[in-house]
Amino acid sequence: MHFAFTDEQAMIAETAKAFFAEQATSERTRAAMAATGVDEALWQAFTAELGLAGVAVPESEGGVGLGMIELAILAEEAGRHVAALPLLASVGLAIPAILAGGSDGQKMRLLSRLAAGELVASFAEAAPGTIWSDGALTGSALHVPHGARADLFVVAVDDKALLIERDTPGLAVTPLTSMDQTRPYARLDFGAVAAEPLADPAAALAAARHTGALVLAADALGGAQACLDRTVAYAQERIQFGRAIGSFQAVKHRLADMMVGIEQARSAVYWAACAIDERSDEAVFAVHAAKAFACDTYSDAAGEMIQLHGGIGFTWEHDAHLYFKRARSDRTLLGTPDWHRERIAQMAGLDEAA
Amino acid sequence: MKLGFSPDEEVFRAEAAAWLTAELGGPFADVRGLTSLTDAPERRRDWERRLGEAGWSCVGWPKAYGGRDATLAQQVIFAEEYARAGGPPRLNHIGIELAGPTILAFGTDEQKARFLPAIAKGEEIWCQGYSEPGAGSDLANVRTRAWREDDDWVIEGQKVWTSLAQFSDWIFVIARSEEGSRGPKGLSFLLVPVDQPGVTVRPIHQITGEAEFNETFFDGARTDAANILGTPGDGWKVAMGLLGFERGVSTLAQQMGFRNELDAVIAAARTNGAAKDPLIRQRIAKAEIGLRLMRYGALRMLTHAEDGKLNPAALTYKIQWATWRRDLGELAMDVLGQAGETTPGGDYAFPALPNLFLYSRADTIYGGTNEIQRNIIAERALGLPREPRGDLK
Repeated sequence: MHFAFTDEQAMIAETAKAFFAEQATSERTRAAMAATGVDEALWQAFTAELGLAGVAVPESEGGVGLGMIELAILAEEAGRHVAALPLLASVGLAIPAILAGGSDGQKMRLLSRLAAGELVASFAEAAPGTIWSDGALTGSALHVPHGARADLFVVAVDDKALLIERDTPGLAVTPLTSMDQTRPYARLDFGAVAAEPLADPAAALAAARHTGALVLAADALGGAQACLDRTVAYAQERIQFGRAIGSFQAVKHRLADMMVGIEQARSAVYWAACAIDERSDEAVFAVHAAKAFACDTYSDAAGEMIQLHGGIGFTWEHDAHLYFKRARSDRTLLGTPDWHRERIAQMAGLDEAA
Repeated sequence: MKLGFSPDEEVFRAEAAAWLTAELGGPFADVRGLTSLTDAPERRRDWERRLGEAGWSCVGWPKAYGGRDATLAQQVIFAEEYARAGGPPRLNHIGIELAGPTILAFGTDEQKARFLPAIAKGEEIWCQGYSEPGAGSDLANVRTRAWREDDDWVIEGQKVWTSLAQFSDWIFVIARSEEGSRGPKGLSFLLVPVDQPGVTVRPIHQITGEAEFNETFFDGARTDAANILGTPGDGWKVAMGLLGFERGVSTLAQQMGFRNELDAVIAAARTNGAAKDPLIRQRIAKAEIGLRLMRYGALRMLTHAEDGKLNPAALTYKIQWATWRRDLGELAMDVLGQAGETTPGGDYAFPALPNLFLYSRADTIYGGTNEIQRNIIAERALGLPREPRGDLK
């Protein structure tokens, strides 16, 4: 038992921290927001130069060969800066689906290119009424993260997982104006689109949903920590009534509560990451717990950030809204905290006979 | 990062589990599952002795003082198995978790040899003399005085909220030993026998009807000059070291017991149908998550402690568990409904869950109120400016 980073993990965390602090600046993120929602230079540096999109892909498949803890570390640091990257879509959702459920041929064809960032993929839950028959998909997927940037989609239809390439005839991709401009959604319409099923759809869907939830939880952790850090800094310098506002208990107690929540979220995220890596019986429970708790924590922290900054926190100019909107997106994607808690209620045996 | 335990550690787990199951299923079946700190004190004294005899009392202590040199992982495992087997709250928890570690850290070799084995063997029960009527969270404001007379320290004053003093053999006392000193200066940390004419213990009946706490009066009480931890006037340092223990390792075992309380709430909800209520389900799920996060938070904290690094996250632990348990008390009552508000028999003595509801209102107060905890987190972990303070009188 050693519930702390190894030296190697601490080094990865330091590297990622420095990388995002230097490159995922507010200016660059805002430039990406005004365009496609992707900071292409940042994505290039993250994938091609550092090879980090393949962090949890085995070396034999062209990846780095690490695990969920390292992936969580990266997602946390990206989240700390609301980085405008298709990290969730490609690294958190699509790659795990292909890795867990693809045939050898599918993996060989796609994983190393995804790991290198040459391809961006996303994951789509098909809308009700979408039909897969005779090798063709008809219907739609309404909110696909970074869908407009993706070259490839893994589409969940009932218990199937289908691979669809962007240029397949009959596929229409419509970018959607999205509240969180750093992770914009797109709508997919499938007009009898030819698609290729993944070999083991159950494994693919489970991996996408669990890894995706972990990445969202880690993003939420990093974002919440940034909200706290920035608000603490502001509370130390902002003077009202002759004192730094951080000396008032009404303010400092709320910041303390933010830290209490964030430290629990940190335990949740790394517990879930460890549990997946160790194939623990607790893994599913832990992922539900992490997604629910970290996303609640982020929403609270981002809301407090705006409140404690006063008027400036409500402006477009200040970054608080980037966090507030990302927190909202993290919360909704792949199931709200209430939805995840309901799964936990079932796992706690509440439906068993008394 | 690794959460799983090694095969050797699992062997240790099996050994601990087997011993605990045999004892708590056999000769000590009557104390199994007890939750109150004041029930059956004589039998629980027997239980402390039995644990000590078999070397399971203070597993993390050095063997030389009655422990078994258990590693951190083994301590975690023992705490888990203890809770799983339904082990009762330790009558001597102050001795085991606070007095012992403080003596280990600050005591002389003679003091360690004199006091530690007696705690580990379950022979001497300890209580804590910190709070005073005029100094609760503001510990630097203590007024109890102590002075040297011949080969003794003589103590005059009053402590309050002395948990389990009525069962205790020893009390550690923070007293002002330098005339005219103020604040944290001029305090001494004294180890004082309870059973003597100068010490009077008066139980305080609390919100539950039980009397776990006491007022403790020192009226010319005496202790041997050798029974001072650290140097005269330096008691604040010792006391603060002790608070570190209180917020650290020691709460893990207690937190494991929370599992049993939550299981009782779930069982009640399944029995009376409350488990079908979506809002109750959400709250139970929150409690489940909170419980796990306490466990993993404690493991993080302990891993850092073992690495010898200070982690500010440890400062959040008290508020986490105290708030969690207060919420669990509210949840328990909402699950039980009016059935939780009555109790058979003529005594004002409620069963475990309603008692938890009442008792947990102390959790957010003792050992530093939630408000004091927030100040500590804000000032020491986040580096915010100190709250302006009035002059100490």
